[in-house]
Amino acid sequence: MKLNERSLAFYATCDSPADNAGFLYKRGERHTAYHRRWFVLKGNMLFYFEERESREPVGVIVLEGCTVELCDSAEEFTFAIRFGGTKSRTYVLAAESQAAMESWVKSLSRASFDYMRLVVRELEKQLEEMRYGMAHGCAGGCRGSPSSWKTKPSELERSMERLPALPAVLPKENGCAVWNNASGVNRPPEVSGCGEDAGDGNPRPPPLPPRRRASSTEVGSAVVESPSSFCRLHEWYGREVAQLRQDWLERQRGPRP
Amino acid sequence: MRYNERELLSLARQPAEKAAEVLMRVPKKGSVLKKRLVKLVVNFLFYFRTDEAEPIGALLLEHCRITKEEENVFSISFIEEPERKYCFECDSEEQCQEWIEALKRASYEFMRRSLIFYRNEIQKMTGKDPLEQYGISEEARFQLGARRQ
Repeated sequence: MKLNERSLAFYATCDSPADNAGFLYKRGERHTAYHRRWFVLKGNMLFYFEERESREPVGVIVLEGCTVELCDSAEEFTFAIRFGGTKSRTYVLAAESQAAMESWVKSLSRASFDYMRLVVRELEKQLEEMRYGMAHGCAGGCRGSPSSWKTKPSELERSMERLPALPAVLPKENGCAVWNNASGVNRPPEVSGCGEDAGDGNPRPPPLPPRRRASSTEVGSAVVESPSSFCRLHEWYGREVAQLRQDWLERQRGPRP
Repeated sequence: MRYNERELLSLARQPAEKAAEVLMRVPKKGSVLKKRLVKLVVNFLFYFRTDEAEPIGALLLEHCRITKEEENVFSISFIEEPERKYCFECDSEEQCQEWIEALKRASYEFMRRSLIFYRNEIQKMTGKDPLEQYGISEEARFQLGARRQ
């Protein structure tokens, strides 16, 4: 399969910020010797170079769909990148310190595009709901529609569970925020629970955000729910910026005689 | 450059965000438009011969430019070589626009910018960092600092 390698190499070496970078030891596929390589993580691509100054990566590991695990190994600070398929290769890597290992495991386990998309959708939903709430008021309590204020979406929870057991990342409780625009309150008071709890006191989880539909090989099926939300909001807030800039420019020209 | 082809092939078999039969031309001398099945999965555009299960190739959609060309046609080029264009001819102008929109949003970097934007907006409106509840506010990839393109 062809890959746009030149562009990949450019992406790897250009000065866009990396999500992590450092030396790691990579165990060979056939031979168990470890080779020290310079690794650069950008998005869901883990590039590795022979040397830090090398102009082109030796290789890249596409991280989509992988899991990252700590290794029970004679070598210190080892961890593995594993994929689901039966004949998939497992990449065994070793860091040079406990801190480096933890940092890499954390950043690699959250590197997938899918994960990023999940978080973006969640925030997008929160923002839309907030704007909806502000436009219509939310007097007296949360709207009946599933409110993301109450709890994290269970998809994100599942994604969190896949993370290896490092110093535990415990999501904090998110109290239900009640918006009451009518009374002119700036900050919504936080109320824990919103009267819509299930009987055992745990908030009902909101329905799962739609995932990629199984049969979406059809033409035109788009999974992105509000495709232009970001663009719309960007436009909207951009107008304010444009106006401010205009005002600033006029002020720079100085007072008219 | 070595890469984990098996995993990439597996990715190509997953449900696509968008897929269609279009005419495609690669930026090679003398190349012509050929019927291909193109499939958008995460930040990759896979392209197949219409009757084959395995893709001929894949384009990683980072640092690329999507340009409307003539009617029904758009192109993908990469910023380090803007003249090298992958051209795609769609069945209709509408389909063409849909693909342009979808591909512009398909990069990891676009997602990241959106996330930073939403995070910032929510923080401004509520005074709270929405990522704190997931324990990921300190992740390098989500930082609000000036990120260069």
